[in-house]
Amino acid sequence: MSCQTAQELVHAYVDGELDLARSFEVEQHLQECQVCASAYRNQTALRSAFKDSSLYHSAPERLEKRIRSSLHHEAKSEAGRRSFGWRWLPAGAAMALVLLMAFIIWRAVPGLRPSGDDLLAQEIVSNHVRSLQLETHHADVISSDQHTVKPWFDGKLDFAPPVKDFSSQGFPLIGGRLEYLNNRAVAALIYQRQKHYINLFIWPAEQSNASGEVATKRQGYNLLHWTNSGMNYWAVSDLNAVELHEFAQLVQEAE
Amino acid sequence: MQGQNKLASFEKAVLPHLDAAYNLARWLTRNDADAEDVVQEAYLRAFKFFGGFHGEDGRAWLLGIVRNTSYTWMQRNRSPDLNMPLDDELHEVRSNDLNPEGLLLQKADAQMLRQAVEELPVEFREVLVLRELEEMSYKQIAVVADLPLGTVMSRLARARKRLQQILASHKQTEVLS
Repeated sequence: MSCQTAQELVHAYVDGELDLARSFEVEQHLQECQVCASAYRNQTALRSAFKDSSLYHSAPERLEKRIRSSLHHEAKSEAGRRSFGWRWLPAGAAMALVLLMAFIIWRAVPGLRPSGDDLLAQEIVSNHVRSLQLETHHADVISSDQHTVKPWFDGKLDFAPPVKDFSSQGFPLIGGRLEYLNNRAVAALIYQRQKHYINLFIWPAEQSNASGEVATKRQGYNLLHWTNSGMNYWAVSDLNAVELHEFAQLVQEAE
Repeated sequence: MQGQNKLASFEKAVLPHLDAAYNLARWLTRNDADAEDVVQEAYLRAFKFFGGFHGEDGRAWLLGIVRNTSYTWMQRNRSPDLNMPLDDELHEVRSNDLNPEGLLLQKADAQMLRQAVEELPVEFREVLVLRELEEMSYKQIAVVADLPLGTVMSRLARARKRLQQILASHKQTEVLS
């Protein structure tokens, strides 16, 4: 065993994280090598210094009281959200009536209500923006290999999203993650076009008939959505509309 | 789970780890009052997510939440701790590092050690605290700090190396002054 390996492993050895065979090799090296033996002594000295130094910060007593009371409060309000007390029934009924009237008016005047797609587009844009704020682009599985990304979704979703890498066409696959959109778990795939990132959200469509691309723009982001082979697709990016369309074409041809 | 039931099983499973939660938060935020706020917030979050907890390792589960809450707190307060990116690529021991610091740690007093740990970058501090004070296994540390197992080992090695360097430099100033 080289000194380099020994000094890398000496930590795991001191921490009792090596298997027997490896421990034995380290022990043997320590007997033969003064330099590594002294590295080992330093580690054990450090460990015992930690043990002797009472560096542990125990929680002050008032904290437990404070937490118990805030938990109690939280549990109560959770319970309140579930069971709407009977004594509130008259007020609740009146409230429900007002809400119902408001809803009828809202349905009747088309200009007042955002369409389902509008809300979804909003949700998708904020999802996209959030994913960009993270260094990993919020990928739970980082890989340009479609055969790594696709199986990763197994058992996490109730459907198998189509995953393709388009590196050779200039849209490399970066990775994937789970998202919650439109009241369900969906697959999110991350692609890159030069310095731009594309999030592609996929989930099963309610109707199986295909629908063509619909383009929208929101807060400076381009969105494209379409339905194909029983899946809904939403692509979002700060990429220009032409190239995003090119990307959408690739995805549709690949299916 | 209904309100009072949920509360009772939560208190039973998670409340006993209050010291561990406070210890980690205190070492990450380096401040008593902030640590208390972080721990309280973490407990509320844990309570909300308790449905997703399936009775595995309650301490590791809670500490993961405490760690996230502490980082959120550091971001909110623009803690300088977050501006020191660590490069895990450099985890191998370089050959000129092979000569250990000539240092007799038995003589390092508690105050000195405490100060040295506080000076460590936060990514080093957390793995050391989890290992040396919480006595967690590498596997548990990987869960709490959201790291691959291999990175836990190399990060701990580098954390100790850095700690010894800090201690050595403190000793030197002590001798000189």
